[in-house]
Amino acid sequence: MNRTDRSLFASWWWTVDRTLIAAAVALMVAGLIFSFAASPVVAERIGVQDSFHFVKRHAVFFVPALAMLFGMSFLGPRGVRRGAVLVFGASLVLLVAVLFVGQEVKGARRWINLLGVSIQPSEFVKPAFIILAAWLFAENQKRRELRVPGNALAIVLFITVAALLVAQPDIGQTILTSAAWVAVFFVAGMSLWWIIGLGGAGVTGLWAAYTFIPHVHARINRFFDKQGVVKPGGHMTADGYQAQQAHDSFLNGGWFGRGPGEGTVKRLLPDSHTDYIFAVIGEEYGLIMCALVVAVFAWIVFRGFSHAMREEEPFVRYAVVGLVVLIGVQSGINMAVNLQLMPAKGMTLPFISYGGSSLIATAFEMGCLLALTRRRPQATRFAAPIRLEPVAADGRAAAHAA
Amino acid sequence: MSDVADKTPESSAELPAAMPTRPPEAPADRDFADSRRRIVVAGLVFASVYAAVGLRLVDLGNASDDHSAALASGSTQVSTARPDLLDRNGEVLATDVKSASLFAEPKRILDVDEAIEALATVIPEMRTDESIRRKLSSKAGFVWLKREVSKQQRQKIFRLGIPGIGFMEENRRFYPGGPLAGHVLGTVNVDNQGISGLEKFVDHDMGLADLRATGLVADRGLKARRLSLDLRVQHVVRDELVDAVRRYHAVAAIGIVLDVRTGEVLGMSSLPDFDPNHPEQALEKQNMNRATAGVFEMGSVFKTFNSAFTLDSGKVHLTDSYDATSSLHFGSQKISDFHAKGRVLTVPEIFIYSSNIGSARMALRVGAEAQRAFFDRIGFHGKLETELPEVAAPLYPKRLSEISTATQAFGHGISVTPMHTAVGGAAVINGGLFIPPTFFKRTREEAEKVAVRILRSETSDKMRYLFRLNNTPGSGGSGSKADVPGYLVGGKTGTAEKLENGHYSGNKRFNSYLAAFPMDDPQYLVLVVLDEPKAEKEVGAATAGLNAAPTVGAIIRRIAPMLGVMPRYDQGKPSVASN
Repeated sequence: MNRTDRSLFASWWWTVDRTLIAAAVALMVAGLIFSFAASPVVAERIGVQDSFHFVKRHAVFFVPALAMLFGMSFLGPRGVRRGAVLVFGASLVLLVAVLFVGQEVKGARRWINLLGVSIQPSEFVKPAFIILAAWLFAENQKRRELRVPGNALAIVLFITVAALLVAQPDIGQTILTSAAWVAVFFVAGMSLWWIIGLGGAGVTGLWAAYTFIPHVHARINRFFDKQGVVKPGGHMTADGYQAQQAHDSFLNGGWFGRGPGEGTVKRLLPDSHTDYIFAVIGEEYGLIMCALVVAVFAWIVFRGFSHAMREEEPFVRYAVVGLVVLIGVQSGINMAVNLQLMPAKGMTLPFISYGGSSLIATAFEMGCLLALTRRRPQATRFAAPIRLEPVAADGRAAAHAA
Repeated sequence: MSDVADKTPESSAELPAAMPTRPPEAPADRDFADSRRRIVVAGLVFASVYAAVGLRLVDLGNASDDHSAALASGSTQVSTARPDLLDRNGEVLATDVKSASLFAEPKRILDVDEAIEALATVIPEMRTDESIRRKLSSKAGFVWLKREVSKQQRQKIFRLGIPGIGFMEENRRFYPGGPLAGHVLGTVNVDNQGISGLEKFVDHDMGLADLRATGLVADRGLKARRLSLDLRVQHVVRDELVDAVRRYHAVAAIGIVLDVRTGEVLGMSSLPDFDPNHPEQALEKQNMNRATAGVFEMGSVFKTFNSAFTLDSGKVHLTDSYDATSSLHFGSQKISDFHAKGRVLTVPEIFIYSSNIGSARMALRVGAEAQRAFFDRIGFHGKLETELPEVAAPLYPKRLSEISTATQAFGHGISVTPMHTAVGGAAVINGGLFIPPTFFKRTREEAEKVAVRILRSETSDKMRYLFRLNNTPGSGGSGSKADVPGYLVGGKTGTAEKLENGHYSGNKRFNSYLAAFPMDDPQYLVLVVLDEPKAEKEVGAATAGLNAAPTVGAIIRRIAPMLGVMPRYDQGKPSVASN
């Protein structure tokens, strides 16, 4: 492809971060392959006639997800912002609606049926909200003289979203959204008082959850009490059991895995196709494959941060950080739970776990990240590196800056 | 990340102030530098999270290596193959047969109750056995449910198709001869590892135990080990012992056949014995191996060794005479003769009439040190050096004294194993060479290398004369009932009173007969020991000459032709001249 070609595709090709695309697509394809390992047993267990039911649905969602990923990546920062506003508005409406007309599953209302398709609005609200929050923080900074109450608006938005998520209740998504929002706020120059305040609030929140929510209390106790390992004659609890099975999966797999389809512990993992897919990968494809998956996520995160470091435009910088933190925290928590480094917390592995909303929303998230990290002409990007040497005369320094 | 981080100080907030082309306090610049630093902080947080995940993966990888090592040891222990054990002619004494064992992988079992119910349709005790439920409910990767199931059971369980239940081919040791050579062969445990007898020796000798640990033992291709045992001789020895135990109502019987030229054990039996196919029988105390693991006061048989060392010293001659008219007194102890002749006896008379007084006088004539030195050389002061792991250490007085020298002369006050006695006997008659016994084939050349001369060959000649004399019908010797015409059998009886609670009991005896044939060219030695034989009604006495000696005779009568010893009827008289 010629660099002088100015067509839409050519300019996209030369400006987009192709390593990030490769990483995202690799994870999505791997997710589809891993689905063959993890989901047939789930289909058999819940009595679906076709044992490849979930594999097929995964493949069906794969196509729009890929389209979403590439489609979003063609946009610029302005387009991303507009898209985020649209998605945020729509998902906010759905988040409210889900509380009233949502399908109740295991005591939580998270799903809403729209035109025959089940949608989980909380998946879509995360990236959209983070982009909007980044924009508000950036505006607050940019137009101090105009006194745009960006920070205040961002805080109001956060409280609204968090309240709607807690109302479902969906603690996992709340934690995720909060983490990304705090990260954006932090990078956008959160003051020391805010850091202390939010840190205190976080600790208080955890303490409150531990003290007042019985199942959180039980889970954390079990994690620190032998991590769910059953004592002789003891009764095994559901998540202690899951943790034990996940542990056995990795042991059974070893470095190189049992081979595709050869896993056995996966049969005992209730959410083998979603929350515990990392353990299934460990059993069938081995710890080295797991390490590879970790490496690809780490690549996305650090590549994203490195883009943010170089980014001049505050909105883009904050949004990139927020999106990266969303992906990073979600993958980190999922893998840590699978590896018994954390108390059990239901969270999917981005790009890889089964789930239509999750897959398409992750693709939207990644598409936005790709769009924001495209190379654009920037005010100081092409300035000569600033040096620490003392400035002898005005003229020379000016030449540097030019 | 790192190259970006390196640049961070360059863009620190103070710098723009020095830049005249930009507004000195552009808030955007300050924010930019500040947020870059904050991104680095966020990056470090994520780096530590991913590092923790990575380390945990390595940790699990190492744990899984241990995990699979544990599984591997579980599977090697079942496939242990053993070499066949053959007798000296290639007949099979012990071999491996394949059998299937039932195991479970509890992890893979979906429903324990269902699995137990299904198994119980084939093996009913599975339902009632609590240990089965416990095993299946455990988190173990591998448990045995039942070792050795029949072909029919195996087929039925296989058809049930229970997940997590499987079979493993196992090697099971089989002894075609049953109890025939149980004490020699020993036993294996349920994992087919040798735990006693030559089975245990073979494991250690071939380094099989070590090889198994490294998983290098192939199922096939282990070289068979050829023993010194002769299946036919072994059968005859055991058969005659069984007969003797029944006939004389003995509580135990021991029989040993040695090749005196090589030290090979051709047959060894100790009754009561056990069937190594049922190794639990070996644990019963009465079934112990008395031939090498039991020590006894052998009694008058020891006059063989007494005569040998006294003659060898040169201080006693065949023509000498010793006074046996009255008992010998040592303080409160009294030594008297069982067949008291009440007169002076010549050395050959002392031997064939088995005079305790005469023997004691002979020993005292030569001295306690000489006796001790000889017993040391002939191995009576240490454990037998042989392949069988079950060997007992002799008991003997640590202090030298006249009385102990006198009693040891006729086999009291010293306890050795019957095998010690047999090996010592072989040395006395084979020309004076002590050859450690072996249970594996050994050639004469190999035997010469390990042989140690302990007697002059002339002494051995004299001893053979005494042996033959004692066995010759009409000589008045105690062993005449052991004679087999044409084979020139010679031997010595022993009738010891058993020690009970520190006293010699008058009616419980420990009888033995040590014999070898043919006496002009000794080839094989036969030792028979009967523990507490009772007198037969028509005979009225229970001395060794009346039970042990005829048993030896019966054995020789059967094995001599098998071993290729030709009978000669032209030499009825002892051929050794006295000096």
